[in-house]
Parts: sequence; C-alpha cells; structure tokens
Amino acid sequence: MSTLATAATLAQAAAQLPADAKAQAAASGAGFAYGLAAIGPGIGIGYLVGQSVQAMARQPEAAGMVRTTMFLGIAFTEALALIGFVVFILLKFV
Amino acid sequence: MIAALLAEVNFPPIQNLVEWPSGVGTSWYGFNKIALMSVLAVLFTVILFALARKKKLVPKGAQNLAESSVNFIQEGIIMQTVGPDGMKYLPFLATLFFFILFGNLFEVIPGFQMPANARMANPAIMALVTWAFFICAGIKAQGPGHYFKNSLFPPGVPKALYILVTPIELISTFIVRPFSLAVRLFANMLAGHILLVTFGVLCITLFTASLLILVLPFSFGMLVALTGFEVMVAFLQAYIFTILAAVYLGGAVHPEH
Repeated sequence: MSTLATAATLAQAAAQLPADAKAQAAASGAGFAYGLAAIGPGIGIGYLVGQSVQAMARQPEAAGMVRTTMFLGIAFTEALALIGFVVFILLKFV
Repeated sequence: MIAALLAEVNFPPIQNLVEWPSGVGTSWYGFNKIALMSVLAVLFTVILFALARKKKLVPKGAQNLAESSVNFIQEGIIMQTVGPDGMKYLPFLATLFFFILFGNLFEVIPGFQMPANARMANPAIMALVTWAFFICAGIKAQGPGHYFKNSLFPPGVPKALYILVTPIELISTFIVRPFSLAVRLFANMLAGHILLVTFGVLCITLFTASLLILVLPFSFGMLVALTGFEVMVAFLQAYIFTILAAVYLGGAVHPEH
C-alpha cells in the first residue's frame, strides 16, 4: 500500500516536473538572452558616441551632420540589444 | 459618466503584448486603454495639422508650436536625408512623427502611464506602411525594373560578388528594415515603461513604517529622473523612426550611381 502511495507521489512529482523545469529554463534563458545581447551593442554605442564627440570637438561646424549620423548609427546598433530584450519578454511572459 | 467609461476601459494584461484580444471580450468591443490612447494621438495629430495649416504672418500660442515643429521636420529631417525634392513626403513623415510622439508621451501622463506604442500592433502597422511607401516611392521614381535592379544589384560591385551581395541586400532591405523599425520603437517604449513601473513599485514597497523608508528618497528621486529621461526617449524614438523612414525614402528615390 505504501509503495503504491509512493509511486503515486512520484508520478505526481514527475508530472509537475516538466512544467517547473520549463519555467526555470525559460527564466534563466530570458536573463541570459538579455544580458548577452547587451554586451555587443554596449561596446558599439560607446565607441560610436565617443568617436562622434571627437569628430564634433575637432570640427564644431560639422556638428549638426555628425549628430544626425550618430543618431542613425545608434538606432542601427541599438536594434540588436532591443531584439534581445524582446526575446526576454517572449521567454518570460508569453 | 466619462469616469465610469474610463474605468470600464482596462489595461490589457501582459500576455496581450503581441496579440490583440478580438471581438466582444472582457472589455467594450476589445477596446482597451491602448486603443483609447491611439485614438487620442490621432486626434491630437489632426488638431496640430489644422493649426499648422492656416499660416499667419505673426503666429502665436499653439500655432507657433505647430509651425515650428513642422519646420523642424522640414529642416532637421527631410533636408538632411532626402533633399529639397523630398518635400512632397512632408505630410507622411509629419504624420508619422506626431502620431508616434503623442503616442509615446502618454507614458508620463498620469492616468494613462503607458505608451501607446508599447504594444506591437501600432509599430508593426506603421513599419509596414513605411515599407510599402518606400518601395512604391522607389518604383515611381525609377521604374520597377531600375528600382529592384539598383537595390538588389548595387552598381560598382564586381560581378562575382553579386552571389554574396544580392542575398544580403534582399534580406536587409526588404525583410530586416520593417522588422527592425517596428521592434526598435516597441522595445524602447516597453523597456522604458517597465523601468518606470519597477521604480514605482519599489517606491510603494518602501513606503512602510520601518527603517526602509530611509531608502525611499533615493528611489523616488530615480523615479522623477527617469520620468524626465523617458520624455526625452519619447521624443528621440519619434525622431529616429521618422528619420529612418526618410533615409529609406531617400535611398529609394535617389539611387547610388
């Protein structure tokens, strides 16, 4: 009788396990997705803005053009981090 | 009555990030707060257009604002990217800019506290419209054969490299562009909203009769500072969406030689 009860408990636990394991994997995967996706764009935007500041300091009369191009570059670079963020949302909530 | 109606209009749950509840659901015809904000943003855009339309010699008040912002789109976006012959795209780009800006500004308005563009529906439709618009503008300016030849087989590239260049151009121009436009706006606004929510919830949690209340000023200060930052982001994202649409239009209308 007790073996049967143990088996039933184990079966219940086994049935619960996949859902829990999936949620855990999704949660840690979501964290890693955003953390890893932020590295590259972080370096990229830092380099991009640093170079733009240097360009503006060297040639202040071209500052307007440099600023427009800088925003364009930021928009393209940032997209990668944002896709990582969307993956985070999709893994965590949907 | 209006208050009762507003109470009826609910925030959609977080599962509705990428899907829209259809039909007569929990709320009035699936009309939630995001839809209300979108309608209001359209209304404000129409009002702004009506104000900017009748030009006076000495503009003042709201008209001054409207005229100077349309002027900003002319000088700051179209002249920088397309050139003087891009002025015919002013209505489209101005509509995009103001609709996105007003939709985003709801993020910091008490009572709404949610950007209309933090749901995938709005950015996706705007990106698709931009996509169709720049393809049509390119076809109209260069003819269908020339347009697709120029964008898929860019001139000045050695013939053998077309094996590599053409698939990249196809994917980056016709597939990644609308996708990244939509995702950029959506993810930026949603990230900002989540940031504000995090600090708001932290402030509420710290508001207790214990030592924790000593941390409250820092949390509240961050909330205020981030609200200011989000106003800047709202403007910046509207600017970036519009200037990218203008860059794509300019690339379609003026091919590289």
